[in-house]
Amino acid sequence: MKARVFVTLKSGVLDPQGKAIQHALDGLGFSGVNDVRAGKLIELDLADGTSQEQIEEMCRKLLANTVIENYKIEAVS
Amino acid sequence: MKSAVIVFPGSNCDRDLAVALELVSGVKPAMVWHRETELPEGTDLIAVPGGFSYGDYLRSGAMAARSPVMQAVAAAAAKGTYVLGICNGFQVLTETGLLPGALLRNAGMHFVCRHVALTVENSQSAFTSRYAAGETVHFPVAHHDGNYFADAATLDRLEGEGRIAFRYAEAVNGSARNIAGVINDAGNVLGLMPHPERVVEKAHGNIDGRRMFEGLVESLMARA
Repeated sequence: MKARVFVTLKSGVLDPQGKAIQHALDGLGFSGVNDVRAGKLIELDLADGTSQEQIEEMCRKLLANTVIENYKIEAVS
Repeated sequence: MKSAVIVFPGSNCDRDLAVALELVSGVKPAMVWHRETELPEGTDLIAVPGGFSYGDYLRSGAMAARSPVMQAVAAAAAKGTYVLGICNGFQVLTETGLLPGALLRNAGMHFVCRHVALTVENSQSAFTSRYAAGETVHFPVAHHDGNYFADAATLDRLEGEGRIAFRYAEAVNGSARNIAGVINDAGNVLGLMPHPERVVEKAHGNIDGRRMFEGLVESLMARA
């Protein structure tokens, strides 16, 4: 089984990388980009039967720093 | 005073830190590899150095914080052993949960590498006893992820409890409330982004950092 973990900065946490991307898009002439937030996508190839709780624990213990980041788990069949 | 310097793959300030500790304490620190599960018996001070542990993979300090040796460091800190984290060492200590908050990418996106002015906020700790509160000192910084972040309640608590050791006296990286270094609630763990170990000899330009190590040696010798 596979899962995808999306790690994103919490709202209110400054994302200078997102800001730089926004400026670059603006520089390329794409108007109307109001905000950009950059995050990470982590793909996990897991043993069948790995529980949602185990993946949550992976997120809390390593994949995300919950002081500054949120995570979202998406199961991929 | 017996000290230990933790060495991760990618640490690059470990030897500078060892030189500074030996210069001030007269004793060579033990260099402890990240795979070790125990610290040398009788270690008084654990120093977590700067660098790019594990290539800054995932987040700065994230992989190092989960290494075997950091379990031993956390256990020792809980028993009152002193821990000093500098630069990447500060990032590792926040990732380990030994210090509150996190270090984000610098607000200006640039790697900052220069001498900066710092204000000593707390001169009561073992780390800062040789400084005067309100004094300005100059330490070098060299980091990309030094933008200190914590929620407002945590920041208020740190301020209220006198746990902000140093503040930047100039704009450096966007840190919340200009925080450059924080102390844990028990007072035995300090993390800071600037590098005191790089200003311990006259040839370094100033010796403002030397007093941190002198104060630590004095406090820890008095405890022994």
